[in-house]
Amino acid sequence: MNFLLPNLSPAYPEIFLLAMGCLVLLTGLVAREKLPNLTYLLTQIALFGCALITFITFTPDAIYTFSDMFVDDVMADTLKMLVYITVSVCLIYSRSYISLRGMLSGEFFSLVLFATLGMLVMISASHFLTLYLGLELLSLSLYAMVALRRDSSIATEAAMKFFILGALASGFLLYGMSMIYGVTGSLNIARISEIIQGGVVNHATLVVGLVFIVAGIGFKLSVAPFHMWAPDVYQGAPTAVVLFISSAPKLAAFGFVMRLLIEGVGGMANDWQGMLIILALMSMAIGNLGAIMQTNIKRMLAYSTISHMGFMLLGIVSANVDGYGSSMFYVVIYVIMTLGTFGIIMLLSHGVYEAEKLDDFKGLNRRNPRYAFITLLLMFSLAGIPPTVGFYAKLSVLQAVMNAGYIWLAVMAVLFSVIGAFYYLRIIKLMYFDEPENDIFISPQRDVELLISTNGLVILLLGIFPQTLMALCIYAIQSSVQS
Amino acid sequence: MYINFQNAIFYFFATVLVCSAVGVITARNPVHAALLLVLAFFTSSGLWLLLNAEFLAITLVLVYVGAVMVLFLFVVMMLDVNLDRLREGFWKWFPFGALLALIMAAEISMVIMNEQFSLNKMPTPPLRPVDYSNTKELGRLIYTEYFYAFELAAVILLVAIIAAIALTLRHRVGRKFLDPAQQIAVKKKDRIRVVSMTSETKE
Repeated sequence: MNFLLPNLSPAYPEIFLLAMGCLVLLTGLVAREKLPNLTYLLTQIALFGCALITFITFTPDAIYTFSDMFVDDVMADTLKMLVYITVSVCLIYSRSYISLRGMLSGEFFSLVLFATLGMLVMISASHFLTLYLGLELLSLSLYAMVALRRDSSIATEAAMKFFILGALASGFLLYGMSMIYGVTGSLNIARISEIIQGGVVNHATLVVGLVFIVAGIGFKLSVAPFHMWAPDVYQGAPTAVVLFISSAPKLAAFGFVMRLLIEGVGGMANDWQGMLIILALMSMAIGNLGAIMQTNIKRMLAYSTISHMGFMLLGIVSANVDGYGSSMFYVVIYVIMTLGTFGIIMLLSHGVYEAEKLDDFKGLNRRNPRYAFITLLLMFSLAGIPPTVGFYAKLSVLQAVMNAGYIWLAVMAVLFSVIGAFYYLRIIKLMYFDEPENDIFISPQRDVELLISTNGLVILLLGIFPQTLMALCIYAIQSSVQS
Repeated sequence: MYINFQNAIFYFFATVLVCSAVGVITARNPVHAALLLVLAFFTSSGLWLLLNAEFLAITLVLVYVGAVMVLFLFVVMMLDVNLDRLREGFWKWFPFGALLALIMAAEISMVIMNEQFSLNKMPTPPLRPVDYSNTKELGRLIYTEYFYAFELAAVILLVAIIAAIALTLRHRVGRKFLDPAQQIAVKKKDRIRVVSMTSETKE
């Protein structure tokens, strides 16, 4: 019975976040009427505190703790910092939206914090068990958030679809993991990688397990052909929740893919490359072609997410450090763009009116030239037009794909991007060349106004000076993937 | 095949289990079916005990018999389940159900009859000393090696509770309820009015 107390210090951010999540929940019970903003402030303090702890305890080495179930390395720290910032920005954008709809409650914020905790757990998992538990923690919180506006039948339907398909995907993932456990006899990611590299294992069973794992990841990343839930959830859920779902969890999902596919079964790259190519091609095709037909902006952005996630997978297909780095860069940029886009959509919603039709963008330039310009930057960036950063993100992924020798794949990716440019440019046309349908004055709060302008500026500035972020991504990947 | 004490117990439990399982689906009265299911759980926990899995045996009884089945009985007694409607279309779907059952039985036998899973591939595990307790072993592992995962599972349950309450609790307006804090904070002067009046004498 000799047991050493685990080293808790790498997990301080998680522990702090859990404590704050419970505190926010309890505060929400008391402060519902008297201090409605208290839970919001506490949530922001929690995120800031986590960021501070992560920053102070940063070390360039990987530290394992909790019997090697938890790892704290550079990639984990970088992704965690990005998650804190993203969640914080999400909340700032959505505060007035959710308070107008009576969702400014302790439950909402504690669910946000628990979802964030799930992301952190996924990001620094070094064991299949913790990967899965983190994913479930995140998904369960998200299902509840989608269903939170329970009087709306469309939101309930979306939550139902999300829940059932998500549960199915978790089942797939677990089945795949159990097969890999059956062959290797271990759930520890480093150990699995060692055994697979050793080469004397039942390869066929491993591949079957891998198929299930890739399918599960496909669901969670919302890539075709496992994308069915995304458009319905994006359309049905409250915009603030969609903003949350489409931003921070993508960072965690990237971490999940890195831990599982590259650090875990990286020795089987030959097998998963083919699967990912199919997923990426299908997503780019279905995402871009599907988005053209939409008249609902949230549904259109769901298809846009599908195509972007497909594009992101291309970097992973190249199976080298540069490819992973460019994928990480792509995810980060995608998150920044999606934050801005949904931020603008929530600005256009006034009172309890939901801006969710493309027509709501009509004549935005007349109503408010500044937000029209920010939207223009966002759309250029989503379409991948220079000098915005979306161009550079696409370029770096394409470079990695070409270096890995998949020229035809790069050509296909460019073709689909060109198709995709149509529906982004259509929004710009609506904003600048059409008559506005209403002239309600857009008057956001000061912090939102400042932040959304910064968001637009970041897209332009990163497009001109992308090197720092790119170097950071490559450094984070390099120090975490040893191969 | 020789019969020693252990085998005799196994066959006894197995027979009771199979019979009660058949009873669950054939019993006309839903309460009888639920009670037969309790019997089935009980005997299968006896089988677990034979396999040296005391912890699983105890949890099966505690969780399924103690909690799940009691809930089940509550539901059966509270709702007026119309059995004839449930039995409707039994013969219509019988061929389909039988086909599924056949496929599953074939699959199970394919796995069990396989050379890979034959008894000589699975040697009898070494006998544990008498004072060995797998409940203790599980507890030791959960609270040491798998502590992190255990705590995460607890957080997931917490989220499930929050979600369930947030999705079902309705704040009704005009509801009459007692606020204990308010009751405690009551002062004497809020409730009692002391009236001074002249004393009355008996006529």
